[in-house]
Amino acid sequence: MTVQARFGGEVMNRLDLTRRLIALLTHGEAIVGGIGNSNFDLMGAGHRPENFYMLGSMGMAVPIGLGIALAQPERRVFVLDGDGSLLMNLGCLPTVAQVAPKNLTIVVWDNSAYQITGIQATPTAEHTDLVTVARGAGITNAEWAKAEEHFEQLIEGALHEDGPHFIGVRVDQSPGQARPERDPVILKDRFMRGIGVKATQ
Amino acid sequence: MEECVSWAETAVQALIESGIQQMIYVPDNALIPLINGFRADGRLTVFSASREEEAIGIACGAFLGGQRALVMMQSSGFGNIPNALASLAVPYQIPLVMIISERGALGEYNSVQVPITRVIRPTLDALGIPHYTLTHPDEVDFIARRITTQAFSTQQPAAIILSALLTGGKQDR
Repeated sequence: MTVQARFGGEVMNRLDLTRRLIALLTHGEAIVGGIGNSNFDLMGAGHRPENFYMLGSMGMAVPIGLGIALAQPERRVFVLDGDGSLLMNLGCLPTVAQVAPKNLTIVVWDNSAYQITGIQATPTAEHTDLVTVARGAGITNAEWAKAEEHFEQLIEGALHEDGPHFIGVRVDQSPGQARPERDPVILKDRFMRGIGVKATQ
Repeated sequence: MEECVSWAETAVQALIESGIQQMIYVPDNALIPLINGFRADGRLTVFSASREEEAIGIACGAFLGGQRALVMMQSSGFGNIPNALASLAVPYQIPLVMIISERGALGEYNSVQVPITRVIRPTLDALGIPHYTLTHPDEVDFIARRITTQAFSTQQPAAIILSALLTGGKQDR
């Protein structure tokens, strides 16, 4: 049985869900956008000062989010990353389980493809269930979003209940249209001022 | 009484007083006194990562969130981190301090430890990352404090390499 058949929920749209996520954020929650389409749709949903955009370092979205979450224990941190990126660094999931930051949520946009390099299939298309992987790593609050409203419920849960949380989302292969700025120092600076760890004059 | 203080105690004290708040490591024998020292101090968030590259990502996140982080690894683990340095820490100008315990030199018995150790310094040089090799306890306090201060003042990563001259290294049994 393929992962898709076992999963049984709707295939949704990343940009739509990114907008739904942001609409639920009211307390300056930080978002880390992984490389490629996760990032493009994060930008497409409208820039927020508390967004950090990765330009490279594939696989580092969850570690970056973990570091921010530990440094900012009073702030909720959301990591948005793709299936290919997470597959590159699955070892980060046991680390998150071990450290158990209450304020960290990992959202994986699983389109079962390395979309940006020409839509080559990833193992999540037929073999690998990333939510089961996350549970096996020890992140017990790990679920597939079955539909848009269910995704919003899971985000509400992540905002009000202790994490870490892992939310898997089956998404289509619509390419993100927006692009974040390509100046890394500006991206860093905006984020740090956006969450108030660097003074804004 | 100062001569009774070990190099590792000196390093832990110097790094904590330089503002290090998170320490992420992949273990090595030579790092044991440092790992134990940081854990015993209790002021830092201390934990292991599955892979050294991940530890670099966490340290970058720590800085973005307003804290200073230290990453510790063995020389072979350095081979796992160049992309995280080259496409995250260096171009974003995110400071962090690395401590790399050096195998592959001064009595190494395992041939596979040797080539990666030859790669470390040229790679750090190519990335423009300053590095200092500690060989004697007298150097530890000054270098640990100054390299950390410089890293965070100039917004760049920096590395401290621990020679077997300092740590005793690892010998064949």
